[in-house]
Amino acid sequence: MSDIQTWALVFVALSFAVYIYIAWRSRVRETKGFFVAEQNIPAVANGAAVAADWMSAASFISMAGLIAFLGSDGSVYLMGWTGGYVLLALLLAPYLRKWGKFTVPEFVGDRYSETVRSVAALVAIIVSFTYVVGQMAGGGIVFSRFLQVPQAGGVAIAAVVIFAYAVFGGMKGITWTQVAQYTVLIVAYLIPAWAVAQTMTGIAVPQVSFGQILAELDAIGQEFGMAVFTEAFTARPQIDVFLVTMSLMIGTAGLPHVIIRFYTTKTVRGARYSALWALIFIGLLYTTAPAVGAFTKLNMLQGVQGVSTSALPSWVANWQATGLVSVAEGTETIGTITNSADDFAAGQADMFLNNDILVLASPEIAGLPAPIVGLVAAGGLAAAMSTAAGLLLVISSSASHDLYFRYVDHHASERRRLLVSRIAMGLAVLVSIYFGINPPAFVAQVVAFAFGLAASTFFPMLLLGIFWKRANAIGAVSGMIAGLALTGTYMIYTLEVFGTQAHEHIAGVSPEGVGAIGALVNLIVTIVVSKATRPPSEHVQEMVERIRYPAARQVARSATRAAE
Amino acid sequence: MAQSEQEQVPGAPPPGGEGNGWRKEYWSKNLRLMVVLLAIWFVVSFGCGILFVEQLNQVVIAGFPLGFWFAQQGSIYVFIVLIAVYALRMDRLDDEYGVSERNDDGSRS
Repeated sequence: MSDIQTWALVFVALSFAVYIYIAWRSRVRETKGFFVAEQNIPAVANGAAVAADWMSAASFISMAGLIAFLGSDGSVYLMGWTGGYVLLALLLAPYLRKWGKFTVPEFVGDRYSETVRSVAALVAIIVSFTYVVGQMAGGGIVFSRFLQVPQAGGVAIAAVVIFAYAVFGGMKGITWTQVAQYTVLIVAYLIPAWAVAQTMTGIAVPQVSFGQILAELDAIGQEFGMAVFTEAFTARPQIDVFLVTMSLMIGTAGLPHVIIRFYTTKTVRGARYSALWALIFIGLLYTTAPAVGAFTKLNMLQGVQGVSTSALPSWVANWQATGLVSVAEGTETIGTITNSADDFAAGQADMFLNNDILVLASPEIAGLPAPIVGLVAAGGLAAAMSTAAGLLLVISSSASHDLYFRYVDHHASERRRLLVSRIAMGLAVLVSIYFGINPPAFVAQVVAFAFGLAASTFFPMLLLGIFWKRANAIGAVSGMIAGLALTGTYMIYTLEVFGTQAHEHIAGVSPEGVGAIGALVNLIVTIVVSKATRPPSEHVQEMVERIRYPAARQVARSATRAAE
Repeated sequence: MAQSEQEQVPGAPPPGGEGNGWRKEYWSKNLRLMVVLLAIWFVVSFGCGILFVEQLNQVVIAGFPLGFWFAQQGSIYVFIVLIAVYALRMDRLDDEYGVSERNDDGSRS
C-alpha cells in the first residue's frame, strides 16, 4: 500500500496548496463579498460550485455501493438528489436571486415577519450542523484510510484548510475553491469509472455499457442470496419509493446551503443557467455512479464465486485490514454476501462488504496504477470539504446576520459585521471539528432529519411566498409548525434516536419518506390559515410582485434591436 | 443605451398594452411554461421510474429494462433538458416583454 500512500499524499498536498492559494487570492473586505461573493460569479463557475457544494463525501464514496446493494430501488437517491434541481430552477432560484439579499431566513423575514425569520435561522443552523458533522467525519475517514493518519488528526487537517478559505474569503473564497474541488472530484471519479467500463465491456462510456452486464448481475446476485438487481421494489415498497424520492427532491430544493449558492450570480438569468450547469455537472457523477456500482459488484462477486477462501483475490486481503471487507471464520467457499454489518455479525452471511468499498477499491480491481488510487483520495476529500464549507457559511450567516445583529448588536458598523461573521465562522469550524471527531451516535439517522426538515419547513414557505401573494405570516408559521411536528414526530416514532424505541413503519412509509407528507400538510395548513386571516400588507404584496420580473421594463429596446 | 425606467414609450413592444397589463401576461406565460415542464418532470420520474416501472421493465433495450433505465439514467437526462428549455424559453420571454437584464451597452448581462 505504500506506493498508493505516497501518491495519495502528493495529490492531497497539491490540491490543498491550490485551495490555500485561492483562499489568499479571494480575501474579502465587505460583508457582500463574505455572504454572497459580491454577486459576481459567472453561471458556469457557479454551476460547478453548486455541484461541489451539493455532492458530499457520501455521494462520492458511498453512493455507488449503496445503489449496488439496493439494486433498482437505489433510484430513490439518483432521482431524488437530481430532480430537486428542476424545482429549484423553475420555482425558487430566479426569484430569490431577484430579491437579492444575503440569507434564506432574511427572505422569509422580508416576506412574512421577523419572528418567522428567527425561527427559520434556527432551523437553518440545526439542519446545517447535522449535515456538516457527517462531512467532517467523512474527511477523517479518507485521511485514515489512504494516509494512515488517525481520524482525529485527519479531521483537524481538513478543518484548518477549510478555516483558511472560509474565514478569510467567506462565500467568495468558498465559491472559487468549490470550483477547484469540483474539478478534482469529478476527474477522480470518472477516470476509474471509464477504465472499469473499458475493461469489462470494451466500451468506455459506463452510462451506455452497463446495460450489457445487467442480466449477468441479476443471475449471480441471486446465487449469493441477494434480490434480483433490476427488479423494482425489492428494498422498499412502491409507496415508500415514491415518497422518499419526493422528499429528497423537495428537501434538496429547500436546503439553505444549496439555495444561497444562487444568490451569488450576477443576474436572474445567471441563476437559471447556474441551475442548468449545476445539474449537468452533478448528472455527470450521478449517471456514472449506478454503472460503477454495477460493474464493481459484478467484478467482486465473480472474483469470489466458487473460490476457496484461501485463494481469494488480492483486494480482499488488502481491504480486510480496514474492516470494509470481512469473511466469516470457518467459511470454505463464499455462498452469501451482505452489506449489513449487523446481519454479518449475526452469522447470516459468509462475507461482509461495506458500501464504501465499491468506489474505494474499484481502481484496484480494474488494475489501475497507484497514482489513480491516490487521486481518489484527493477526490473524496474535495467532496467532503466543499460541502462542509458551504454548510459552515449558512451557519455563520444565520448566526451573525439573522440573529446576532438583530438581537444583540443593532448598530454594528460594516467592519464590525465582517469581523463578527468571521468569528461566527471560526466558532462553527471549531464546533464541527469537535463533532467530526466525536460523532454523536445518532448522526447517521440525523441526515434523514436534515432532508425531512428542509422539505417540510423551507420549501413550502418559499414556494407560497413567491407564487401566492395571499400567504401571510401567521399562515406560514402555522404551516411550518404543522409540517415540522408531523415529520419530527414520525421520525422519532420510527427511528431509534435519543434513546427512544423504534416502531414499525405505518403503511410502509419510512422516516426518510415522511418529509413529503410533512410538506403537503404544511402547504394545506398555510393556505387554510392564510385564507382565514388578514392578507399581507400592500408593501409585501408589491415586493412579491417585483421579484417576478428580472429587470425593470425597458420599452425602447425593440427599436435598438430592429436597427441592428 | 439609456437605462429607461419608463413603462411606456411610443413604439413599445405590443404585448401588455396600457399600464401594468403586461405583467399579468408575462406572469401567466411563465406559469404556463412552468406547469408544462413540471408535468413532464413528474411523468418521467414518478411515472416511468416508479408508478409504471414494472410494466416498462418488460421492454429491454441494450440490456436495460426500460423502467430501470428511466429510474437510474433517463430521468436525469430529462431533468437537464427541462432546465435547459426553461432557461432558453425564459430568455425569449424576457426579451419579448423587455424585462431582460442588460449591460449599459445593451448586451446581455
